[in-house]
Amino acid sequence: MSVTHDAHIQVRNPASTAQRPAARAWPDINNPAAWIVAAILLIMPLIANGFFLIEIFATTLILGTIALSLMFLAGYGGMVSLMQLTIAGFAAYMVAVFGVSGNANISLGWPWWLAVPMALMLATIFGTLGGALAVRTEGIYTIMITLAIGAAFYYFTNQNWAIFNGHTGINNVGTPHFWGVDWRWDIPFYYVVLAVAAICYFAVDYISRAPFGLALQGVRDNPRRMAALGFNVNAHRVAAYAVASFIAGLAGVLQVWNYRQISPGSVSVGACIDVLIIAVVGGITRPVGPYIGALVFVLLRTFALDFLVKIGLDGNRFRLLIGLGFLAIVFWSSDGVIGLWQRWRQSYYSQSDRPAGGRGHG
Amino acid sequence: MTRFVERHPAWALIVIIAVAVALWLIFAVWPPGLEEAIGRKRVFLNALFNGITLGGLYFLVASGFTLIFGLMRNVNLAHGSLYLFGGYVGYAISASTGSWILSFIVAFILTALVGVLLQVLVFRRMEGQDLRQTMVTIGLSIVFADLMLWACGGDFYQIETPSWLIGPIELPLITALKSSGEPVHLRYPLVRLVIFLASVIIGIAMWLALNRTRIGMIIRAGVDDRDILAATGVRIQIVFVLVFALGAGLAGIAGVVGGTFQSLSPGEDIRFLLASLVVVIVGGMGSIPGAALGALIIGLAEQLGSVYIPTYAIVVTFLIMVLVLALRPQGLLARR
Repeated sequence: MSVTHDAHIQVRNPASTAQRPAARAWPDINNPAAWIVAAILLIMPLIANGFFLIEIFATTLILGTIALSLMFLAGYGGMVSLMQLTIAGFAAYMVAVFGVSGNANISLGWPWWLAVPMALMLATIFGTLGGALAVRTEGIYTIMITLAIGAAFYYFTNQNWAIFNGHTGINNVGTPHFWGVDWRWDIPFYYVVLAVAAICYFAVDYISRAPFGLALQGVRDNPRRMAALGFNVNAHRVAAYAVASFIAGLAGVLQVWNYRQISPGSVSVGACIDVLIIAVVGGITRPVGPYIGALVFVLLRTFALDFLVKIGLDGNRFRLLIGLGFLAIVFWSSDGVIGLWQRWRQSYYSQSDRPAGGRGHG
Repeated sequence: MTRFVERHPAWALIVIIAVAVALWLIFAVWPPGLEEAIGRKRVFLNALFNGITLGGLYFLVASGFTLIFGLMRNVNLAHGSLYLFGGYVGYAISASTGSWILSFIVAFILTALVGVLLQVLVFRRMEGQDLRQTMVTIGLSIVFADLMLWACGGDFYQIETPSWLIGPIELPLITALKSSGEPVHLRYPLVRLVIFLASVIIGIAMWLALNRTRIGMIIRAGVDDRDILAATGVRIQIVFVLVFALGAGLAGIAGVVGGTFQSLSPGEDIRFLLASLVVVIVGGMGSIPGAALGALIIGLAEQLGSVYIPTYAIVVTFLIMVLVLALRPQGLLARR
């Protein structure tokens, strides 16, 4: 037991917990930077063209939402789950299977408003069952079990032809058309993604201050004491998996609409680990971290090739760059980019003799 | 053994019946009805032997993993990379010198060195921070995988089997009777049997070293309570380095073995990492006998599964893991 206690406590930065009030108001209302970011995101289609809008920003928001579900589990629940991408991929497969796609012998051809809730429900059930399995163990064991679940799903999709269509996957997945709008057009799709990401972000933010979220954080910090206080520790953990699975499922639906195809390659073990990298690089103590991490990841993935070639290196070493960046973050900051930013700001404030952390850091 | 029978009479009975059925399936000549129902005995025996030898390979990989975890509480997710690294080193040595045995020695030494470097440069700096160590090993496995892809490319490599091990041998197991009543014996590749035998010997040697020597006593004490062990004056950092070197070296040896009877390519590192994860989850973290049992179960499940239910072989492995987690979350042979 003692080993896994340590693991829970390592998840967050001790300095940030000391400052975290037990309950607080919506943190972003008073933050001018948050309003600026929101405004920029809203008028993004005016600034960015189709490539940047979809390939960079929509992809960032989708990946960020998947990583957000991991952040919710890891940051508030102390459970590092590597199967969040698997759940998203499962939802994506279910959309393709129940909805319309190019593989008519597999897809059932349901309209999107039936297929999507079905996919979300199944993904939530899948994730909750996986979570129920994972909460039987703790800490580092959770990583291994969820990694094993993710890998098993990957190999299963590769081998199963009846539902998952083997390694070719399912192509030409149908996207919703209604009210005279094709919602896969760049600008409407961007707004759909933005809306879903915003809802997920605020939902996680809200849950973290709701009684359930506070109890969950109590379970993370000291499961024995919470159990002694009468909380059902495992039920809280499984419920957290259910919430995270729903969020991951939403992102999975968006992902399959984005690429219009789904194949085992998108649920590979490497991709599962990428989600962990995104969350850790961004910072797993606050919901905004995963989105920052996703932006960094997507920018690197898109431009690393050109950049590496420009400085005279082999452009295929993108993963090396990602891995080294991840190592550097894990080595020097336990709270990702947010942690670095906070540390820099604190030293800046203390240099200019202002009271540090006056506004809190929310 | 007797305690197990006393405490779980029903389970003991099930195990005894299962073993008896398995023995009968192996040694008896199958009646025609059975052959019609589940296929030829030769197929079954081949799958069985493949499963057992694959289990031997899994044991080599997983024993190092579980040893490192047991002592240092460090989930080394770069273990698969060490496996692949050992395999590539073994290939390079075997291709340049032509000596199979030498490739084992060099692979062991080089991966053990990498292990020592990892322990000294990385893990010692973040002792007691399990999650951070695990994340670092994930980062390292990404970096190693890309470096190896850079150095070796995406090709498949196979280490050449030495000439004295090529070819099948006849085992005293009867697969069928010819119409003349003459028994047909099972033929099986010698190299696989030798490798399996070697992994059994390594397993027994590890068990003896852990249970019968002074250093083994220190390691076992460290598994139980490393703080008290350090307080008694044992230089625990040296023990850590030693165990890490041994665990990494075993992964390197396993890489040469895997490169000989399967092949080496990018992606194998993840495959064997996953295999060792499942093996130690099933067998019990930190337990060498557990790793042996888990490796045998998983190897058999994979091979028998791929013969009899080819589409869902991977699911069988996974179901075993789920079952173990549901019934005995600490693993089959772990103490808690």
